[in-house]
Order: sequence, then structure tokens, then C-alpha cells
Amino acid sequence: MKQAAALILAALPVLAAAGDALEAPLAAAGDAQRGRGVFVQREQGHCVICHAVAGMVPAGNVGPALDGVGARLTVAQLRQRVVDITQVKPDAAMPAFLRRDGLNRVAAAYAGRTLLDAQQVEDIVAFLAGLK
Amino acid sequence: MRALALSLALLAAPAWAQAPRSGLDYQGEDIRRLQADDFANPAMLWVERGAAAWKRKQGAANTSCADCHGAAEQSMRGVAARLPGWDKRLGRVSTLDTRINACIVREQRAPEPPPEADDAIGLQAYVALQSRGMPLQVEVDGVAQPLFERGRDLYNQRIGQMNLACTHCHDQQAGKLLLVEKISQGQPTAWPAYRMEWQAAGSLERRLRACFLGVRAEMPAYRSEDLVALQLFLAQRAQGLALEAPGVRR
Ligand code: HEC
Ligand code: HEC
Repeated sequence: MKQAAALILAALPVLAAAGDALEAPLAAAGDAQRGRGVFVQREQGHCVICHAVAGMVPAGNVGPALDGVGARLTVAQLRQRVVDITQVKPDAAMPAFLRRDGLNRVAAAYAGRTLLDAQQVEDIVAFLAGLK
Repeated sequence: MRALALSLALLAAPAWAQAPRSGLDYQGEDIRRLQADDFANPAMLWVERGAAAWKRKQGAANTSCADCHGAAEQSMRGVAARLPGWDKRLGRVSTLDTRINACIVREQRAPEPPPEADDAIGLQAYVALQSRGMPLQVEVDGVAQPLFERGRDLYNQRIGQMNLACTHCHDQQAGKLLLVEKISQGQPTAWPAYRMEWQAAGSLERRLRACFLGVRAEMPAYRSEDLVALQLFLAQRAQGLALEAPGVRR
């Protein structure tokens, strides 16, 4: 499993160049409930600092509200946006959550590490896909 | 590919370019009220410290700032509005901090104060106060140009594990809420300022380091070329905005 994820990660730039969607799952099937946790928790995705979702205490509006995002975007499109949105929108003011390479001046404590792991990304994608 | 996208993004005039506005405009009513009233502004405690340090003889030369410069109200008027700037004698770009330190080391022959020492922040605040209300007016061409360009490039470079550049938050997203805090344009006019989160007054360098930490980037050392370059760029970007130090921020 780990190996498969590593393989897919290594292939990321190629896949990303193909368009605005990442078709291949990066880990085991996502769990929306866990994904909700990753979305709100400080030491995890903490997406709420920028994105509002109905039913959550709003904390930021740097990014668009994500209500209905599961209807607007496919699972593969959601995956690409969480993994590295700059592949879709080079200007986006949003972190790349599963990107390790080509980052600048990363603090030593975080060097070589991604913001989320592949399973957390799949969980978040499952959560987002359910926002219809 | 990415490099190309980046250079294209830098070439095109960004759609989100806005007229410069003080960070005060983005703060809540409580903060604005504190900054507007010198008797309530907690940064004024540092100004008092600075005023005392201005007159205090120290160092092997046993001289005070006042011995050479007289009344700060006259001699220091406008100084902070022109900094950072090229320092002929030092042969480099000085900030208010390093300019004051040059006098401490060379004229008073006293040890250089560590960054953020209360007296150092005090002197900066006291000197900056003498330019309050004056428009920032720095020179970035000629000898200062390479450093200015370095600051501009750093400002526009994505950094840290969060992969965000200063420009993403302070140009593209100014006015938006990030973790219940309104993002301003990142203008340098209030500093040194009292920051609630610190329960203390601190320098612009300290504030900038907090932004590096926020995106999980390596924090540049105090007084490093990176921070001086950024401050030079920020001052040029704020050209015409009035100095408001010592400010108050959340
Ligand atoms: C620092 C701010 C910030 C954080 C943190 C952030 N985002 Fe975003 N997000 C944005 C911005 C800004 C956009 C819009 C980008 C654009 O269109 O240029 C965006 C866009 C998106 C989109 C595309 C929405 C659409 O309708 O096209 C998705 C999906 C998304 N974010 C999910 C997430 C998830 C999931 C997380 C956490 C794991 C997250 N974001 C964290 C700022 C952020
Ligand atoms: C993820 C968003 C983000 C990024 C990236 C960021 N900042 Fe900030 N910055 C903030 C927030 C939030 C504040 C506090 C609110 C305010 O004053 O804007 C702030 C405050 C500031 C201030 C103080 C403004 C004032 O009026 O007192 C300056 C100056 C500043 N930032 C400059 C920078 C520079 C230079 C960079 C890049 C090295 C940078 N910031 C990167 C979010 C960010």
C-alpha cells in the first residue's frame, strides 16, 4: 500500500500536467466522517481557516465557501485541488497539501514532509464529494 | 512549466492591485481607538524608554544620542520616513534599527543591542515618532536597487510548507478573513508597534518573522539581508502612506 502510494506520488507531476483532475486514488477509499475531522482540526487540514461550510463555525473567507462543491467538481478534480491546486490555478492562495518537491525555504521541522498524508487527502475528498 | 507560469504571473499587472491603505483600516474599533490616543497606546511606554535612552550617556565614549543630535524633535524629524535607505558611511542599506546601532557602536562605543531589546525598540519608536504623519519616501534606485529587487522577488516567491507568497495574502486576499483575522495589505507604516499577541512592542522584523513562521518557512535571522531587503521593498510599496508608528496591532 505504502509502496503504491509512493509510486503514485512519484508520478504526480506527469499526472498533474495531464489536466485539472487526478483520477487515481492515492490510498484506501476515503472516509467522509474522518475527512470532516481533517477539514476542521488545527493540526490536520485546518481548511476552515479559509473555507466556510454550512453548519461549521465560519473562521475565514480567503477561499470560496465549499457548500455544493461536490456537485460542482468531480472526485478527481477535488483530489487535484487538495493535492496541489497550483497545478490548476497557478495563482491560487491555497497550500498544496500533498506536495513535497519544489517548495522554497521550508522550515527545518517540516522539510520533506507534506501537510497531509495520502489517506487524509482521500478522506477529505470523500467529505468534499458529499457536499452537494 | 511552473517557472513560466510564475514569470507570466509577475509580468501581467495583477488584477487585485489596490491603492495602498494602512493596516489600521483593517483593524477593529478597539485597536483603532487605542492607537488614536497617545495616553492609551501601550507602545508609548516604549517611546518613554526611548526618550530616556536618548539622553543617557553610555559606552566607552560616555556620550548620549542627545550630545550629538540635540533635540530629537528637530534632528530626527523625517529620518524614519526615509529608511531603509543607502548609508554612505556604512556602504550598505540601513534600517532604522541598524542605523541607530551604528551610532551606538561607533560613536558611543557601546555593545550593539540584541534584536528586540526593550531599549532598542524604545529608541526606534521614539525616533519614528518624530516622523509621524509624514509620507514614506524611500530611494530604491542606484546602489540600493539590487537589494530592492531581492526584496521584491522574495515578496512574490511562494515559501514554506504552506507554499504561499506574501503577495497571495497581502495583495490578492487583503480584506479577507483568515482564522477570524482580517488580512491587511501588509504595509510597514505602524512599526515598531505594540502587538496584543506579544503583550509587548516589537519591530517590523519581528512581525515579518511571524509571517514566515505562519507559512512554515525558515525564519530569516534578525538584521539579515533578506529582512532588510523585504523592508526596503515594503517601504517602496507603501510610498506616500503616512508613518503612524508607534502603532497598535492584534
Ligand atoms: C490559506 C487559505 C486556504 C486554505 C488553508 C485552504 N484553501 Fe482551499 N482555496 C483557497 C483559495 C484562495 C481558493 C480559490 C483558488 C482560486 O480559484 O484561485 C481555494 C479553492 C479550493 C477548492 C476549489 C473550489 C472551487 O469551487 O473551485 C477546493 C475544493 C478547496 N479549496 C479545498 C480545500 C481543502 C479541502 C482545504 C484543506 C485541506 C483547503 N482548501 C484549505 C484557499 C485556501
Ligand atoms: C497566509 C497569509 C499570510 C502570508 C503568506 C503572509 N502574511 Fe503577513 N500577515 C498575515 C496576517 C493574518 C497578518 C495580521 C493582520 C494584518 O495586519 O494584516 C499579517 C501582518 C503583516 C504585516 C503587518 C501589517 C500591519 O499593518 O501591521 C506585515 C508588514 C506583513 N504581514 C508582511 C508580510 C510579508 C512581507 C510576507 C511574506 C514574507 C507575509 N506578510 C506573508 C498573513 C500573511
